[in-house]
Amino acid sequence: MRFVDEFRDPEIITKAAAEVHRLVDPGRHYRFMEVCGGHTHAIYRFGLKDLLPENIELIHGPGCPVCVLPMGRIDDGLSLCQDSNVIFTAFGDMMRVPGTHGSPLEHKARGADVRIVYSPSDALNLARANPDRHVMFFAIGFETTAPSTALTLLRARVEGIKNFSVFCNHVTIIPAIRAILDSPDMRLDAFIGPGHVSTVIGCRPYEWICRNENKPIVVSGFEPLDMLQSIVMILRQLNAGEAKVENQYKRVVPWEGNRAALRAMAEVFQLRPYFEWRGLGFISQSALRIRDEFAEWDAEQRFQVPGVRVTDPRAAQCGEVLKGVLKPHQCKLFGRECTPEHPIGALMVSTEGSCAAYHSYEHRKQLLTNIQTAA
Amino acid sequence: MCLAIPGKIIELVAGNPNLGTVDVVGVRRKVDLGLLKDEMPKPGDWVLIHVGFAMSKISEEDAQEQMRTLAMLGEADQAMQEVRGYGMDDADGHEKPN
Ligand code: SF4
Repeated sequence: MRFVDEFRDPEIITKAAAEVHRLVDPGRHYRFMEVCGGHTHAIYRFGLKDLLPENIELIHGPGCPVCVLPMGRIDDGLSLCQDSNVIFTAFGDMMRVPGTHGSPLEHKARGADVRIVYSPSDALNLARANPDRHVMFFAIGFETTAPSTALTLLRARVEGIKNFSVFCNHVTIIPAIRAILDSPDMRLDAFIGPGHVSTVIGCRPYEWICRNENKPIVVSGFEPLDMLQSIVMILRQLNAGEAKVENQYKRVVPWEGNRAALRAMAEVFQLRPYFEWRGLGFISQSALRIRDEFAEWDAEQRFQVPGVRVTDPRAAQCGEVLKGVLKPHQCKLFGRECTPEHPIGALMVSTEGSCAAYHSYEHRKQLLTNIQTAA
Repeated sequence: MCLAIPGKIIELVAGNPNLGTVDVVGVRRKVDLGLLKDEMPKPGDWVLIHVGFAMSKISEEDAQEQMRTLAMLGEADQAMQEVRGYGMDDADGHEKPN
């Protein structure tokens, strides 16, 4: 098991894995969803599947913000950079995500002023430094990044910086989980809860899943040992007939979350009545919009946004992969038309996207085995 | 973007109550501390940083754990690139010697 070499403490890992094997009921098939894209990445990187019994299936969840954004939103955001006075800013993860007429990087190559920022506050700095231009920040992310956007908007208002706006695509995790549970073709036994989203929202918001749906959820860290421990905690609950929220990632996640961050979000954002997610369709109250008090800084209220709705390229099966109905390699385009070098869907761009994660690890592993068996 | 980067608070920025200088493995940058205003960190405290904002206070031990997690995930370089990218307006802030 090549990947085990990378673990710090293989012995503890082996013990945790043995505990998982001891706890499973061999006659049962388990389906656990890891909600967060960071977990998806970790699962492939560490070859976690190799350590688990065959009857535990891990289903990749919707927690990759770049992946769940429908292409129409990207087109809408990019439509604003046709104006040569506008500087389009976004995180690096966004830059290669395809829109109908190309990615932000391709727009840049055609002459648009597109820049990577690492923090929303850097986009605001850019506005301060370029008072005669308009700086638009294309905001994405779950509750992990939304508070930072909120605070940036509060700062813009305090300082009266008028040449700055946010194109808000922030989404919220709980309604996405609810939508997945509501979809008729999805049977899940438990959730591995997102680590860093939970530093903000805490553990309480998951309680309804446990109560209403009778499913355990364990908020988990990102190392192989963290995830194995989380799976042990889930199995113990299932064996005891329990369904509750547990926090495996206590060293980072406070049970109550970060109240100052939640306050900043509440001050600046309100829930949209509904929002479209790639693959999951329209989900009610699943995304944030900027409150009217901040309309001056809301790119959607300030500019004419076309409101594009496009469907994904026909053969692309991003929606099915996002819903967990297909595994990445089962998409017809996987590894052929769609690769990390030439992504067709967003899931192949971000390191948190399941197609990119699968491609860089499983695919490589497969190639290695092929080479080894051929040799 | 979603993984947190650990850093140590070196000083609070004079004249701006919301900013602090952090050290991430030798690279120093200003980050926004506004999301921790309920329990403002002091110099010497460790924090987890998301997109240029300190998001939670952690212990030094947990900070080291987190750095190791990033390395194990193959994301340490990307994290450092992100940290280096913070504060592009900040002419004097770049690669200050320790
Ligand atoms: S392989 Fe490409 S097109 Fe297919 S689901 Fe993944 S990202 Fe979408």
